[in-house]
Amino acid sequence: MHYLNNWCHIRHQKITKNGQTIFEDEQADTGTFLLNAYKQLAIDYPKFYKMDNLCKLAFLAAETLLDGTSLPALAPAEDLGIVLANHYSSLDTDIHYLETAQSFPSPSLFVYTLANVMVGEVCIRHKLKGENTVFIFDNYEIPFLCGYIDDLLAINAASAVIGGWVDVMENHYEAFLYLASHLNTENSLFHDHKIIETLYGKPDTGFENPDH
Amino acid sequence: MENLIQDLKIQIIDQLNLQDLTPQDIGDDQPLFVEGLGLDSIDALELIVLLQQHYDIKVANPEDGPKIFHSVKTMAEYITAHKKAA
Repeated sequence: MHYLNNWCHIRHQKITKNGQTIFEDEQADTGTFLLNAYKQLAIDYPKFYKMDNLCKLAFLAAETLLDGTSLPALAPAEDLGIVLANHYSSLDTDIHYLETAQSFPSPSLFVYTLANVMVGEVCIRHKLKGENTVFIFDNYEIPFLCGYIDDLLAINAASAVIGGWVDVMENHYEAFLYLASHLNTENSLFHDHKIIETLYGKPDTGFENPDH
Repeated sequence: MENLIQDLKIQIIDQLNLQDLTPQDIGDDQPLFVEGLGLDSIDALELIVLLQQHYDIKVANPEDGPKIFHSVKTMAEYITAHKKAA
């Protein structure tokens, strides 16, 4: 049996951890919300400013999720994995990059024109050196991702895995991350897709955009 | 030259998204890479774009990069020496 140790949800101008609100900013668009959250959470990581919105969102979700958790105490870096999914891949940044390409293509935007760069940013920050994967799905396929992470833990390909959904497109943004491991702590839940579906709640409607 | 150096600092902060810095935080002779501002190879490409965008100067020889982009002052000297007559 595997356990879900903590979870974090960012959507609708709000950041929650284990169901408790950490930050809220009702008036802000995506970029402003992410910047205000970074400042409010008092994180010191100047590279944050250079990231695209998808990476900023993944970064903030991971910061919130792992606050108070010692990953090195949990497992060696090589046994710490991360498995994410989203709908829009890096399209939000791809479009911005294309706009700059009309005059001077931006090298710093170009490096974010891949969805798995968000995983790289989290791995660098938290020193994760294990399995890492990004799936592109129409919807957050919780049973599939839960099963995939269960398999990694079961065959000892990882001792702890950050899993979830991180998606950005213009002013639609959502991140749902959780930490799964062999460790049964006081507040742990079973790593079960029905429990994750309950924690996640209703999907955001951002990707039902008729223009898409 | 002083005005150019000040303009460059503002442009560098904007182009490289160094939003935690102000122009006063960047010394004229402070190295831009590694031990100075800690810029990386992608930032170097952005600085090349900056010279082209704002000053219409193309860096023809990449081997000149370390000298040109050593500091804001060396950038300003390169711009002064290479800017086209109005």
